[in-house]
Amino acid sequence: MTILLYLVPAALGLGLLGLLAFLWSLRSGQYDDLDGAALRVLNDDDLAPPAQGPRRP
Amino acid sequence: MGAQVIAFPRAAEPAPAIAAPTPAEAPRDFSLFLREEAGGGAEMAFAIEGIDCAACIDEIEDAAEALDGVARARLNYTAHRLTVGWAAREKARPEAVLDALGRIGYRAYPFEADRLEAIEHANARHLLRCLAVAGFAAMNIMLLSVSIWSGNATDITPETRDLFHWLSAVIALPAAAYAGQPFFQSALRALKSRSLNMDVPITLGVMLALGVSVFETLNHAEHAYFDSAVMLLFFLLTGRYLDHAMRRKTRAEAGNLAALKAVSARRFAPDGSLVTVPAAAVVAGDEVMVSAGERAPVDGIVVSGRAAVDESLVTGETLPRPVEAGAMVHAGSLVQDGALRLRTTAAGEDTFLDEIERLLDKAATARGRYVRLADRAARLYAPVVHATALFSLIGWLIAGASLHQAVLIAVAVLIITCPCALALAVPAVQVVAAGTLMRHGILLNSGDAFERLAEVDTVAFDKTGTLTLPEPSVANAAAIPPDLMDAAARLALASTHPLARAIAALRPDAVPVAAARETSGFGLEATINGRVARLGSPAFCGCADDAPHAADTSLVAVRLGERTAVLEIRQALRPDAQAVVSRLKTSGGPRGTGLHVVLLSGDREEAVAPVAATLGVTDWWSQTRPAGKIAVLDTLASEGHRVLMVGDGLNDAPSLASAHVSLSPITAADVTRAHADAVFLGDRLAPVETALAVAAKARALMRENLLIAVVYNLIAVPLAISGLVTPLIAALAMSGSSVIVTLNALRARIGIKGAR
Repeated sequence: MTILLYLVPAALGLGLLGLLAFLWSLRSGQYDDLDGAALRVLNDDDLAPPAQGPRRP
Repeated sequence: MGAQVIAFPRAAEPAPAIAAPTPAEAPRDFSLFLREEAGGGAEMAFAIEGIDCAACIDEIEDAAEALDGVARARLNYTAHRLTVGWAAREKARPEAVLDALGRIGYRAYPFEADRLEAIEHANARHLLRCLAVAGFAAMNIMLLSVSIWSGNATDITPETRDLFHWLSAVIALPAAAYAGQPFFQSALRALKSRSLNMDVPITLGVMLALGVSVFETLNHAEHAYFDSAVMLLFFLLTGRYLDHAMRRKTRAEAGNLAALKAVSARRFAPDGSLVTVPAAAVVAGDEVMVSAGERAPVDGIVVSGRAAVDESLVTGETLPRPVEAGAMVHAGSLVQDGALRLRTTAAGEDTFLDEIERLLDKAATARGRYVRLADRAARLYAPVVHATALFSLIGWLIAGASLHQAVLIAVAVLIITCPCALALAVPAVQVVAAGTLMRHGILLNSGDAFERLAEVDTVAFDKTGTLTLPEPSVANAAAIPPDLMDAAARLALASTHPLARAIAALRPDAVPVAAARETSGFGLEATINGRVARLGSPAFCGCADDAPHAADTSLVAVRLGERTAVLEIRQALRPDAQAVVSRLKTSGGPRGTGLHVVLLSGDREEAVAPVAATLGVTDWWSQTRPAGKIAVLDTLASEGHRVLMVGDGLNDAPSLASAHVSLSPITAADVTRAHADAVFLGDRLAPVETALAVAAKARALMRENLLIAVVYNLIAVPLAISGLVTPLIAALAMSGSSVIVTLNALRARIGIKGAR
């Protein structure tokens, strides 16, 4: 059962990491505008303009 | 009663003290809305109208960021609000933002979040943090608990089990101490005021479960209830957060609407010039300027000027009242012609009539006696739970069990009866039903409105602005020759008279005439295509004799060359008013039964009677003062009726607050909207019907959910009393009932036909 000495802290650590990540995202205002976030992903002005190459038909 | 013949613009009225610049010319002062930042920059929020697509986000943010000095612009799509930050050392120019957005087709309004909204926001974040902590703890303890349950059935060593129990305790105790705060505080408040609420059994259950579990762990026992205690908190917090989220969303929407409607005032600066400021910045004693076509932003006494004011929003009376120096003008009154200089007597929230304020106070305390369905359930529930737990403790002791065994069973009873499903039953339905209403253009002010709406058997309508459209319109447009109508619309564009706006609205693409001459008190004259055209009183156009007579109609004549026509302008009924009222009367009730419809108006009898006849309403009251409306509502209530009041005027605010439940259109006066349980958008009356239908469905689902919770208890409690409930069964029963109740609540989405 010595394996528990590694596995239990690992499981708890991962859970704690998830909790901290959630609290961080809450603090940084990521839940303030849920509808907007769903639409902002469609923005493409952060992409570089497409390279001028041979166009396919 | 003859037709009311309106004199056309009298802006040329000799009023030496008043030079009347148009609102656009006066400089605007936004200092009230600007927030200074620590770094030296400034920030300001805008409510934006007309956002409906993903592309809007980019368009709006780019337009704002392209302006000089703007450091950042961020649009909140959910709340339809734009926050603009100006760089330090740059002068913040909000008017540039308004103009830039106006150019690309969005109307923006300066916005200031009210204090209540900020508190709600902070509360919601705290609840979400508690929920996250409880969720984290529940998951990890469940991981350990499942190992123990399966180990108990196979070959777990007592040492490993103790280790897992101790680990659970280390997670559960701090997590419960943090995540349980909302319940502990509320329970403490209830106990301090010597009453019981749902949070008292919750707090007791959680604390006892944790305490007993620690004791059992110390004694190397097989079972501990750490997982139950934390899972309980998790489910209860979910219910609480849902409840909160619904109210917060409505409040944000209402905040935007307030900004959209926020009135600006033109205030006289000390040097005599006019500055446009938000009405909220005006204080008693300031002098403001109100000219034709504007609503008075404050209560005030006329210093100089003469005008006719339309007080339909204040009293329901549609006939304008002439005022001159020394007269009192109430906020919300529409100045029809002329211009007034007012000395402010009351501004902002103080601008109600004394009478209305007094009646409101009285009505609001009466409303406070209503007990919500969930609270009624809780009042029954808490003593029953405590008594059951106590009796099982005593019962088992008498039956010869050891104290240890009896306490364990009593705790199991407390845990299993803890109102997981009960706490989710009502909020889950409310959230889903409020979402359904929002899609139909109805915004809810209070969560328990569903329960009260579902009990309604009588609907009382106000007339002006509720059954009728808030703005007057031309009633006989179809009968007017098109060329005369075009001429009338072109002339009307040159005038600020409220009636002129109704005429101009018929031809949205009309071009204003060049060089319109005003004849004081009569009308406008211009030349169109070489012919003389006139718009104004029938006498001015030479057709006074053939003017028809109708009680609530204003007459405006138009003349083009030798031909004339008379336009009848009145407040038309909402397009679907007749259909909605007749449907309410036949089948609007909760079980398809008919509703009793009455009409309560402050307007004259001549104006109310035809409307009542058209709608087929037999019970109507005219010229009722606010106290009179309340008296009628009280009489109905004492006859055992539950009344839904629909109204919009300032004079309706007290009756809205005193009725069993109330609705108002979005065009209503601010105070009135604040006292309505729900507000509906648009020109139609159908939302009244939809609200009743959704509420009936929501209440049916709430009751179903409460029934599910009761059935669950009927099965689980005997098991717990007989000592058969292990932590595994408790966990299954608790999560099972919560999930069923939540799924059932989702049904509020379906089965409501949209009467759009």
